[in-house]
Amino acid sequence: MDFEKYLRMDKLPHIWCPGCGHGTILNSFIRAFAESDFDQDKTVVISGIGCSGRATGYLNFDTLHTTHGRAIAFATGVKMANPELNVIVMTGDGDGSAIGGNHLIHAARRNIDLTVILFNNQIYGMTGGQFSPMTPTGDLASTAPYGNIDQNFNLAELVAGAGGTFIARGATFDPRQLKKLYLAALKHKGFSFVESLSQCPVSYGRQNKAGDAVEMLKKQEEDTINFKKWQQLSTEEKKLKYPLGILKELDNPESEYTVRYQKIIEQVNNEGAL
Amino acid sequence: MARGERIQIAHPGWCKNCGICVSVCPTDILITGKKSVEILDLEKCIGCHNCELICPDFVLKVVANDEN
Ligand SMILES: Cc1ncc(C[n+]2csc(CCOP(=O)(O)OP(=O)(O)O)c2C)c(N)n1
Ligand code: SF4
Ligand code: SF4
Ligand code: SF4
Repeated sequence: MDFEKYLRMDKLPHIWCPGCGHGTILNSFIRAFAESDFDQDKTVVISGIGCSGRATGYLNFDTLHTTHGRAIAFATGVKMANPELNVIVMTGDGDGSAIGGNHLIHAARRNIDLTVILFNNQIYGMTGGQFSPMTPTGDLASTAPYGNIDQNFNLAELVAGAGGTFIARGATFDPRQLKKLYLAALKHKGFSFVESLSQCPVSYGRQNKAGDAVEMLKKQEEDTINFKKWQQLSTEEKKLKYPLGILKELDNPESEYTVRYQKIIEQVNNEGAL
Repeated sequence: MARGERIQIAHPGWCKNCGICVSVCPTDILITGKKSVEILDLEKCIGCHNCELICPDFVLKVVANDEN
């Protein structure tokens, strides 16, 4: 595939460490985009801060690299002002679930037509491995040298509960599935969210003695299961695996936020304010 | 997978020698080299795309045989 037209060739090679899963996410995204019928010139990709935030710097689209946690807030503004644009957000688990968690909840609640790709490496990668809300209980982090005491956080369930209409989870060991999920998320009219499990062999891997990227990918495969198979498991077994695939899909384009906003504008123009 | 297609190291300078492609090649023809990935036996490549799809660095590309 001629992926070059989707990349800012002069900015490569990227700064991500050897074996960083973020590159596989970018790779899968580009292939999904190429298969969609979206116009590259009518697409905006927006990121926050972190290793994941660097993704937009390599994409040959109109891009915004914003402040930490605020990518969804900027994206909401872009989409409200220009509903005809395809707006994609690339965010980290720290960026999207900690400092930016509130924006995530409210964008999902509004069901605004954004595609959010969350790079989940379960750690603050860029700043050297502090725990994030997505760090599993017991894992080591520079801010949890004796093990993380926080409870595990099912972010996909939170986004589903808040009202997001397309929720999926993929992982970098299976880039074919990742691409399919991104394509489905891009096509979905409404808020779509794809949690993307990504290996960080440096800030996460070293502290947790997780081995190199190849070993981390093997572990990822062991720790995950197809969503349909996961549903057959007992409550106890379910806790031990991350389900992968489309976790929720509700097709209701009329409930999308900019559609509703347009309706109210037309109503007021036709009938005057109530 | 189309017939008559094989792997090409399209952007060797971008390779970080992480070894991920090596681990997903069903025919075991890729190896990490001194500085970057190397192909042991191009003839044995079945053009399955496994390596191209997972490479985090956009190094690899399956191309038609006449382009290789
Ligand atoms: C307002 C603000 N607070 C803190 C930081 C420091 N900071 C930079 S990146 C980051 C966390 C990145 O983690 P994550 O979003 O998970 O992305 P990753 O680097 O793992 O891809 C933090 C806390 C910042 N840049 N701005
Ligand atoms: S620190 Fe981790 S997330 Fe950041 S580039 Fe390196 S491997 Fe990737
Ligand atoms: S996966 Fe890509 S970067 Fe890693 S060794 Fe193979 S070609 Fe090089
Ligand atoms: S295309 Fe398949 S067989 Fe050929 S090098 Fe890549 S992984 Fe190996």
